[in-house]
Amino acid sequence: MSEQPQTRGDFAVELRGITKTFPGVIANHNVNLTVRPGTIHAIVGENGAGKSTLMKTLYGMHQPDEGTIVVNGTTRTFRSPTDAIATGIGMVHQHFMLADNLTITENIILGNEPTTSRGRIDFNSAHDSIRRLMSTLGVDFDLDAPVSSLGVGQRQRVEILKVLYRGARILILDEPTAVLVPQEVTELFVTLKRLVAEGATVIFISHKLDEVLANCDEITVIRQGTTVAHTTPRETDRRGLAELMVGSDLPDPSGRETSVGDTVLLQVSGLDVAGTAAGSKLALDDVSLRVHAGEIVGIAGVEGNGQFELCEAILGLTPAVRGSVTLENRDISGAPTRERIGAGLSYIPFDRHREGLLLDAPLWENTFLGREDDPTLSSRVFTRRRAIEADSRTIIERFGVRTPNEHVPAFALSGGNQQKLVVGREMASNPKVLLAAHPTRGVDVGAQAAIWDELRHARDNGLGVLLVSADLEELIGLSDTILVMFDGRITAELDPVNATPELLGTYMTGEVQGARS
Amino acid sequence: MNRQKLQRMLVTSASSLIAIIVALAICAVILLITGKDPVKAFSTLFGAAGETKVLQGMLNRATPLMISAAAVAIGFKMNLFNIGVEGQMRVALLSTAVIGGAVNLPAPLHIAFCFVVAMATGAIWAGIAGWLKVKRNVNEVISTIMLNFIALSVVAWSFDTFFRVDKEGESTSLLVKTKELPSTAWFPDIVDRRLNGMLIVAILILILFWVLVWKTKFGFQLRASGANSGAARATGVDPKRMVLVSMLISGAIAGLVGMRALMGDVHAYQNNLAEQQGFNGIAVALLGRNHPAGIFFSALLFGFLGEASGRLQLEDIPKEIVTIMTGIIVLAVVIINEAVKRWDDRRIQRRAAAMVDEKLANEKKVEAAS
Repeated sequence: MSEQPQTRGDFAVELRGITKTFPGVIANHNVNLTVRPGTIHAIVGENGAGKSTLMKTLYGMHQPDEGTIVVNGTTRTFRSPTDAIATGIGMVHQHFMLADNLTITENIILGNEPTTSRGRIDFNSAHDSIRRLMSTLGVDFDLDAPVSSLGVGQRQRVEILKVLYRGARILILDEPTAVLVPQEVTELFVTLKRLVAEGATVIFISHKLDEVLANCDEITVIRQGTTVAHTTPRETDRRGLAELMVGSDLPDPSGRETSVGDTVLLQVSGLDVAGTAAGSKLALDDVSLRVHAGEIVGIAGVEGNGQFELCEAILGLTPAVRGSVTLENRDISGAPTRERIGAGLSYIPFDRHREGLLLDAPLWENTFLGREDDPTLSSRVFTRRRAIEADSRTIIERFGVRTPNEHVPAFALSGGNQQKLVVGREMASNPKVLLAAHPTRGVDVGAQAAIWDELRHARDNGLGVLLVSADLEELIGLSDTILVMFDGRITAELDPVNATPELLGTYMTGEVQGARS
Repeated sequence: MNRQKLQRMLVTSASSLIAIIVALAICAVILLITGKDPVKAFSTLFGAAGETKVLQGMLNRATPLMISAAAVAIGFKMNLFNIGVEGQMRVALLSTAVIGGAVNLPAPLHIAFCFVVAMATGAIWAGIAGWLKVKRNVNEVISTIMLNFIALSVVAWSFDTFFRVDKEGESTSLLVKTKELPSTAWFPDIVDRRLNGMLIVAILILILFWVLVWKTKFGFQLRASGANSGAARATGVDPKRMVLVSMLISGAIAGLVGMRALMGDVHAYQNNLAEQQGFNGIAVALLGRNHPAGIFFSALLFGFLGEASGRLQLEDIPKEIVTIMTGIIVLAVVIINEAVKRWDDRRIQRRAAAMVDEKLANEKKVEAAS
C-alpha cells in the first residue's frame, strides 16, 4: 500500500511512555509499542501483565496518565472508544458481543445502520457492503441466518466483520484463540493474513506462544506492566519468549513420581443424561469411565460436548436417565449430592464466578461453602466462626492465596487467587476423587504452577482426578489417560505419551472417532 | 470486631443516613413549592421527639413494622422478594380471630395457640407462592401480588358472609367486627392503652432472625443460595427446598405482623385492621438493609414519622408530607445504596491490592535482610 519508506512517522500505531495507574496498582508503566502497518503484531505476556490495560488505553476505554498515542503519524487523544473507532481502530473482544436472536446482517450493522431517505434501514446497501467485506476476508455467510446458528469460530468472524464494517483499519484482537480448537485457530490466521495483505494492521493479544511464533510478524513482550522486549519470530523461540514473559522458565505440567494405583476409586457405567429440550438427543450417551487411585484422567473436548453434564451427573446435580456411578465400591447413583460429597467427591466447578464463589462474601465464608457438615467447622445446628476462620487462614496460607486476610470479599481478589481459593477449598476436605473442571482457566502462570503442583502432589498421595480442560498442553502434561468427548459420547481414549494438540483436535471436532482402546 | 467489618458497617449506616437526609431535602423543596415553611414543618415534626407520649406511640407503631420487615428481609436473604406480607398477614388475622376466639385456654397457652395459628396460616399462604415458584417457576413477585388481592377479597368476603357479628341495635355500623377474643388471648400492655407488649415479641423475632441467618448452618446455606444459587447448588444445597423453606418462614413471621393490632388492641377482626403494615415492612427492610439492627432503627424512624405526623395538621401542614417523605426515603435508599456499594466495592478492591503489595514488599525486605 504505502510507497514511502518505513520511517518513524509511518507506524500504524505508536505508543510512547504510556503509564496508567489505578489507585494502589500500577497497571502500565512506561510502555512503548510500535506497530508497523500491514503486519500482525503480537502482544504477549502472562495474565495480569497489563496487556488488557494497554489495549483499553489504545481503544479509548480509559485515558493514560502519561505518554502519547500516535496513530498513522498523528498524535491522538481518545476520550472514548467512539474516538478510537473514528480513527480507524477496532476491537474484537474475547467475549463476543453478539445478539443471538438477530441475523448476521443485523448484528453487523447494529448501531451503525445505513438508512434510506425515508429513514428505514437500507438492508440492500448493508448487504452489499458486507458482501464486499466478506470477499476480502474470504468467508461466506448466509447473511439472513440468525447468529445463534453459528459456531464459535464463525461468530468470531462475524465480530471481525462488525469491526471492519465500522471502518477499522487497525484491529485489536483480545485473546481471540482462547475459545477456538486448533483447526479453527488455523482458519482464523488465514483470515487475518488476508486482511493484512489488504493493508490492514492486526494487534494480536495472546499468551499462547506457539501460535504467536507461527503466525505473527512482530512480537512485543509485556511483563509486570511494562514492555520488556520487541522481537520477531525469526529472532527467538518458544523458550526464549517464555523466559521474556515470566522472567524465568514456564511451569511444566508433566512429571510424576509414583505409578497409578490398582484400586478403582470412581467408576461410571453406561451413563445417559437427557438433553435440555424435550425430545432432543441425549446430552450424555452411554458414558463409561474409571478413575484409579493416584490417576489423573483427562477429558478433552470442545466445550458443550457433554463434559458439564458428566460432572453434574457424577455429582448428582443432574439426574441420570440410565447408568450408575460407583465411588470406592459404593453405588452412589441414587444418593443426593451432599451424600456424594460426604462420601469423598469434590468439585472444582467450570465457572468459578457462577458456581464456585460467593463474590460479595468474605473469604472465610467462601472456604466454608460446601463444608457445612464438617464437624470441626460446625455443630449440628450452629456454625463455629472461629474454627472456620482459622481453617480459612490455613487454606490461604497453604495455597498461597494473595490476600491481606480472610475478611476481604472474594471479588477483591485477582482471578488466579480466586481460583487458588476454590482449589484449596476443594482439596481441604481430603477428597478421594476430585472433579476438576478447567482448574487453571484464566489464571496467571504463577497460580497455574501452584495449582498443578497441588494436583500432582495430591495425585501422588492417591487422589483420583477427573480433569476437564480446554488447555490441551495441560491435559497432555498432567493426565495418565486422556478421553475425548464428542457429542455426549466418549469417542477416543489416548495415551498422553502419543497425544499432540493437533491429534486431540482431530478427535475433538469429531473428524475421527472410535479409537477407544 | 475487625476493621473491615467496622468499615463496612459505617459505610452501610452512612448510606442510609444520606438517603434520609436527601429525602428530607426533597421534602423541604416540595413544602417550599406548596408555599409552606419547611423549617416550621420539620421543627414541629421532630420537636415532638421529646414527648413520652409520642415515644410510646412510636414504639407501638414500630412493633408490627419490625415483624413485617423481618418477614420481608428473610426472603431477601434468599433473593426472594416477598411482596405478599400484607396478604399473608390478612389471612392470618381472620383465621386467628376466628379460631383463637373459638377455644378456651388459660392465658399464656391461649396466646401461644393464637401465635401458632397465625404463623401456620401465614406460612400456608406464603407457601402457595413458594410452591408455584418451585413447581412452575412462577416469579414470586407476581404470585405474591396476586395472592395479596386474593387474600384481601377472600378474607373480606368470608368475614362478611360467615364471621361478622353486628352489635345489637346498630346493625348497619361501619365498624363491624368478628366475635371478640376471650381476654385470655389478649396480649398485655406495657403502658396501658399506649404501648403493647408485642414490642418484646418483635425484638425477640429480630434477635432470632439474626441468630438463624448469621449463626446457623441453615442460615449460611440460605445466604449462600441467595448470594449465588449456582454455587450453593454445586455444593448440594437444593435450591428448590431453600425457596420453599424460606417462603414458609417468611410467611410464618408475616402471620404475626397483625397480632399487635388483633391481640393487643382491637381484640377482634375488622376489615381495616393493621392495614398497610405488610407493605410498610418492605420499606423498613429496604432502609434497614435487611439486617436486624438496621430494621430495628428504621422501624423506629417510620414509627416516629407516623406518630408525629398528626402534629403537622395543627400547623396547617398536610400530614401527607410524611407519606411522601417515606416514599422518597425508600427511593433514595435504593439509589444511594447502589451508588455507595459500587464506590465501596472499588475502595475494597483497591485496598486489598495495596495491602497485598505491601505484604509482598515486606516479605521481600525480610528475605533481603536474612
